[in-house]
Amino acid sequence: MRYLPLDTEDRRAMLDVVGAKAIDDLFADVPADALNPPLDLPDHAGEFAVERQMAAMAARNRAAGAGPFFVGAGAYKHHVPATVDHIIQRSEFLTSYTPYQPEIAQGTLQYLFEFQTQVASLTGMDVANASMYDGSTACAEAALMARRVTRRDGIVMSGGLHPHYESVTRMNGGLVGGKASVSEASPDGKDNVIDLITDETACVIVQTPDVFGNVVDLEPIAKAAQDKGALLVAVVTEIVSLGALKSPGEMGADIVVGEGQSIGNALNFGGPYVGLFATRQKYMRNMPGRLCGETVDADGKRGFVLTLSTREQHIRRDKATSNICTNSGLCALAFTVHMTLLGETGLRKLATLNHEAACATADALSAIDGVELINDAFFNEFTLRLPKDAADVVEALAARDILAGVPGSRLWPEDESKHNLLIVAATELTQDADIEAFANALKEVL
Amino acid sequence: MSMNNQGRPSRPEDIEVQSVTTFTGNRALQIEEPLIFETGHMAATGVDLPEPKGTTSRLGGLERKSSMNLPGLAEPEAMRHFVRLSQKNYAIDMGPFPLGSCTMKHNPRLNEKMARLPGFADIHPLQPVSTVQGALELIDTLAGWLKELTAMPAVAMSPKAGAHGELCGMVTIKAALEARGEAETRTRVLAPESAHGTNPATAAQCGFTVDGIPADETGRVDIEAFKAKLGPDVAAIMVTNPNTCGLFERDIREMADAVHEAGGYFYCDGANFNAIVGKVKPGDLGIDAMHINLHKTFSTPHGGGGPGSGPTVLSAALAPFAPIPYVVSDEDGFHLVEKRSQEEGDHHSFGRMTAFHGQMGMFVRALSYMLSHGGDGLRQAAEDAVLNANYVLARLSEEMTPAFEGTCMHEALFNDDFLKDTGVGTLDFAKAMIDEGYHPMTMYFPLVVHGAMLIEPTETESKHELDLFCDALLSLAKEAKAGNADKFKAAPVLAPRRRLDETAAARKPVLRWEPSDDKSMAAE
Repeated sequence: MRYLPLDTEDRRAMLDVVGAKAIDDLFADVPADALNPPLDLPDHAGEFAVERQMAAMAARNRAAGAGPFFVGAGAYKHHVPATVDHIIQRSEFLTSYTPYQPEIAQGTLQYLFEFQTQVASLTGMDVANASMYDGSTACAEAALMARRVTRRDGIVMSGGLHPHYESVTRMNGGLVGGKASVSEASPDGKDNVIDLITDETACVIVQTPDVFGNVVDLEPIAKAAQDKGALLVAVVTEIVSLGALKSPGEMGADIVVGEGQSIGNALNFGGPYVGLFATRQKYMRNMPGRLCGETVDADGKRGFVLTLSTREQHIRRDKATSNICTNSGLCALAFTVHMTLLGETGLRKLATLNHEAACATADALSAIDGVELINDAFFNEFTLRLPKDAADVVEALAARDILAGVPGSRLWPEDESKHNLLIVAATELTQDADIEAFANALKEVL
Repeated sequence: MSMNNQGRPSRPEDIEVQSVTTFTGNRALQIEEPLIFETGHMAATGVDLPEPKGTTSRLGGLERKSSMNLPGLAEPEAMRHFVRLSQKNYAIDMGPFPLGSCTMKHNPRLNEKMARLPGFADIHPLQPVSTVQGALELIDTLAGWLKELTAMPAVAMSPKAGAHGELCGMVTIKAALEARGEAETRTRVLAPESAHGTNPATAAQCGFTVDGIPADETGRVDIEAFKAKLGPDVAAIMVTNPNTCGLFERDIREMADAVHEAGGYFYCDGANFNAIVGKVKPGDLGIDAMHINLHKTFSTPHGGGGPGSGPTVLSAALAPFAPIPYVVSDEDGFHLVEKRSQEEGDHHSFGRMTAFHGQMGMFVRALSYMLSHGGDGLRQAAEDAVLNANYVLARLSEEMTPAFEGTCMHEALFNDDFLKDTGVGTLDFAKAMIDEGYHPMTMYFPLVVHGAMLIEPTETESKHELDLFCDALLSLAKEAKAGNADKFKAAPVLAPRRRLDETAAARKPVLRWEPSDDKSMAAE
């Protein structure tokens, strides 16, 4: 077997050194009737046999890049420069561990420090952590953190929050007495979340652009929350939007969480992605997850270490701020490499291209009879109201090789008032021909 | 001096050099590298994008006007920056990485290639299910392997990492208790004192109180002490098997029976599943839930700290409460159950662990690894992992002190008795390994062993590599005993950095780069 260096002779010689007659002597503590059970599995296979089997499964999926593609709602198809994938496949990054030995992990630690700086700058916050599993789990952790900071139980969520994020936050945030409430999900962005804030509210969680694509002014919500002693948690699922939109920090957010997939990371059918988590300096010690900090070595040279680990599970055990033991290191590296290539100049331009593509798509589609554009203000995603069930339309368009967006029933199966909604995303990769193909096909299937 | 035919010296002169300082601070292949914020320019970019058309924006008056302070680098600068950084890292591809409990084994590149097939990497989680049948088939196939290898009837695929899998398992247990009407009364979770920190942290996150179980003199759960702690308020036990001392819990069935009799569930921490995969099926031992770290047992890369993946197998008692989404199939193909309202039969999921469907990229890699090994290869891998660890245990016992008597499973545990009165501590010993070209072993864990050193070689080390590793550690142990403590206290001296001041880092945390107001100071 190509991954196993020991041969029969090695094994024999090593068993002699160990003082065992046979390998199963070393498994003597296992109940005898449970040892070496039959395995209903195929035997080992060579590279090309495995490749053939995997490729056959891959071929039964329609890749985003294979034709017109307008699916978003929390994951976006962007161009990732070739450099990014080359860097993250370097052995020293790919096959290293969490940087617990900083003397031989400065590569990882320095990029994490750069990542933290980029995330803090982008979100308009003071500090960011070294990443979380993804945006949705970061959102749940933000709710838990707000409860620690405020010592309150109420978690108020806007109906414009991605329903998956809401479910994760409700589940995780509610485990130890958290009380979740959600405002009505309103596709036009009119949101009564402020009315739900009480003296028991730990945090108000608002997504911008929201799941329908509406750009949300966080300032009045932040003020309403903070007046009642609650924190505003801003959620950004399309991080490229911060190249065009006022940062949540500028609008008064206390915690910003986000999904960083759009920068540097492929769609990957939903994971692995990279959760972003940033906050104000005063809440730094309440943050979950890993943090990388600057220090010096014994020779006085600058270096980086994991720090404030007394918050973490391996030190504090049941008193830890979170049970999290990992971040999304390699995806954070992809984010940092791509962001470094873009720089502010590139990011602003990228954001503009996204917005322009969405405007063009929205104009072309809403010109069709019976199709209504719901949003006034949006970034690269918007919602259409169709004259019929959007899921049927999406299927009909998929049969024409156009992936048209996310139908309302996929996110709100139990809410029939949303089943005619279609959430449509466009990015820098959307071409005029794609928009035209989409519009023409939509006319046909309506 | 030997000369070549052009009269140029072809052999170095023999001049002794004590220490070298360089103008640049570089040391040949080790290049000092500033932060991107110190070299990048605000206007620079390494991505060529088409010019925008100048469409009137519809951003609702919320345009970003402030600077982001995000410098850019041209492509060659960026490439050099990150390559230089990479060369400051140790990695499995460079040498043994014997971190106990972390399972740093070879990461086959076939898996990377498969994960990058556009049919896997370039598909969206919310595409119509009809356009991702191959992806659902892959998840279903991987789930089938996991169920077969564990003899468990169900598996929750979405947890994003080991600790997330623990959370999934414990929330499932909580949901099952709620369904029984016992969530209010069963609030205590028992976990050995040697447990990973994530176990108590996870239990606490679920609102349980954690009660420690002591270890017996053999390094295993003290079965009598454990039974004495059982009662009507016990929700579950969380036991790692093989445990964090690298030993198989030989009383595991007795534990399972006892906790079940007391009305609780058995959560098994599967962090060390790699020691027994293909050799023992945990479901045959009476467990109710166990997460499987795909990045340990099934070789998906650790990537410098993630992403991981932690599918969690569940017993028949817990399966109905498994999180959404999950894949089901019928004659029409594969389907995804994404909402509780779509559930059929006795399924009543507790909810959602994460957005979308879990770590697909890791699923692809893990399945590629499983297909490569097959059932026979996985069993051989577990056997070789255990053999390698015992070989290291046997050889190092010559100079080092094993924490417990007898053989081990996939990792060898030592205490610091052999360093007694040498002035060298476990940390110093580990740091000296860095100068020898090795990543240190896990130190000071498990907590139940004084000055613990936990060595996990994995099955992907050759005998030759292990012999050199053992020779090096034996030599260090002898040197420590010979009274050469200063070398250990100073170590490492050959790494890109010497020991770093972690106390200073924590006292006044600097977690981001800030533009300096006084550039003259920065230049000094």
